[in-house]
Amino acid sequence: MEDLTDVYNELIMEHSMNSYNKKKLIGADFCEIGHNPNCGDEISLEVKMNGNIIEDMAFSGHGCAISQASTSIMIDTLKGKTIDEAKEIIKTFIEMIKREITDEEELKKLEDAIAFKNVSNMPARVKCALLAWHTIETILSTNYKT
Amino acid sequence: MNEFIKDFPLLENRKIAYLDSAATTQKPIQVLEAVDSFYKNYNANPHRGAYSLSIEATEMYENTRTKIAKFINAKHREEIIFSKNATESLNLIAYSYGLDNLNKDDEIVLSIMEHHSNLVPWQNVAKKTGAKLNYMYINENYELSDEEIESKITDKTKIVGITHISNVLGTINNVEKIIKYAHKKGAVVVVDAAQSIQHMKIDVQELDADFLAFSGHKMLSPLGIGVLYGKKQLLNNMNPFLMGGDMIEYVHEQETTFAPLPNKFEAGTQNVEGVIGLGAAIDYIENLGYDKIQQKEAEIVDYALQELRKLDYLTLYVTPNRKHHSSVISFNIKGVHPHDVASILDSNGVCVRSGNHCAQPLLRSMGIDSTCRASIYFYNTKEDIDKLVYGLNKAYKMFEKYIVK
Repeated sequence: MEDLTDVYNELIMEHSMNSYNKKKLIGADFCEIGHNPNCGDEISLEVKMNGNIIEDMAFSGHGCAISQASTSIMIDTLKGKTIDEAKEIIKTFIEMIKREITDEEELKKLEDAIAFKNVSNMPARVKCALLAWHTIETILSTNYKT
Repeated sequence: MNEFIKDFPLLENRKIAYLDSAATTQKPIQVLEAVDSFYKNYNANPHRGAYSLSIEATEMYENTRTKIAKFINAKHREEIIFSKNATESLNLIAYSYGLDNLNKDDEIVLSIMEHHSNLVPWQNVAKKTGAKLNYMYINENYELSDEEIESKITDKTKIVGITHISNVLGTINNVEKIIKYAHKKGAVVVVDAAQSIQHMKIDVQELDADFLAFSGHKMLSPLGIGVLYGKKQLLNNMNPFLMGGDMIEYVHEQETTFAPLPNKFEAGTQNVEGVIGLGAAIDYIENLGYDKIQQKEAEIVDYALQELRKLDYLTLYVTPNRKHHSSVISFNIKGVHPHDVASILDSNGVCVRSGNHCAQPLLRSMGIDSTCRASIYFYNTKEDIDKLVYGLNKAYKMFEKYIVK
């Protein structure tokens, strides 16, 4: 069977075990809880906006290395992006995990989040990787209707 | 090599260490062939046709009921009700007995180690009737103490729900004592035998259980078949749970009278292949014998405990009283999430469960979110345990330098 060191790589491990994004945000505009009921993973995502730009984000909660790292790396990727840019990146990430996009060029916009590409080979863990992304998707779609 | 593996095609076909039998067991060829033969030779809807094929199907279905009654030593065969699984059996009790017999200020007492299936239905009964829901908590040995049992079950207690063996801890509860004490207080006892019947002889008369539920698929039979045992006098006084075909006597436009036991609780066409498979599974267990099953399991569980205790990075959630422990072993690598551990074990061909095991209140009371769980049955081998230990060492090494101590 496949070796999992390509999934549990250095970047993912660092972000999952000791994330600098795991903190409380002062003056957050939105806070949303993401929850996977059948595995118990739970994150609370805070977002601070500046006009239509995501100025800052932070998270708290608990879960597996993949869900925690995915949340932390998502924060790095989306920070400083406009709402429209963020929506595009979120869509691309979800499609990468669901194996709907495999084109490397198209995946470049994900920056570090491309590190989760191999999770698409682990159906049991897809939900872990997507938890934070679905949570931010909910925040943006409820508050910024297109 | 384990002498029984040849009976289990999946274990022969897939070279895996299957350590998740508490979720569902693998199926022996004898069970698969019995189901196959039913469809090839006897398939018809029982209780419906006047033709001989349907009568043969009816006989096979009803003979299995008799077989199960003998298997658990029920006094009457109509005390055996077929259901979808233990969950449906437990819901039947909660809906048909609980809702009609509990009142405000009555008490329901459950152990904190109940599976959600013997907990959530009683929450519903408590909310609808105004009864109070109380819990018996575990001590530092992951067991229910006598003091805890006697302080929680009171004169107000009308229902006691108790799992025979915890699906998370493997603790064997002293159901004999709990039933005796509950009866002294006038309560009715519901035993969840989903994790025990595959490992030990159950005699419902000796236990004096009022209700007892189990699933077929955790005891070698196909998925989708379960059993409810209930004392005849209790079942007779209960309203039906599901209504429809085959559970009626006379149906008028505005009124219906119901069939006697057991049909009253078996609405609609039943899972006959499941029943046939369950019958074959019971034959398999009886031919093998519980003594042999227990001897084989003890050998593997002892070895697993011995090897796992050597790993100092591991927390084990197991009672130190070996006699009170069955064959489920929950553990965590300190600082590593169980889902990550389970994925790494999976990549090494080891199947374990990770998560909250449908027992959130138990895990919350222990101050944890989830565990990894290895569960062992007589077809497991010491090599399965070696693979588990190898995978755990590998997982620990991957995470070691990142773990915040």
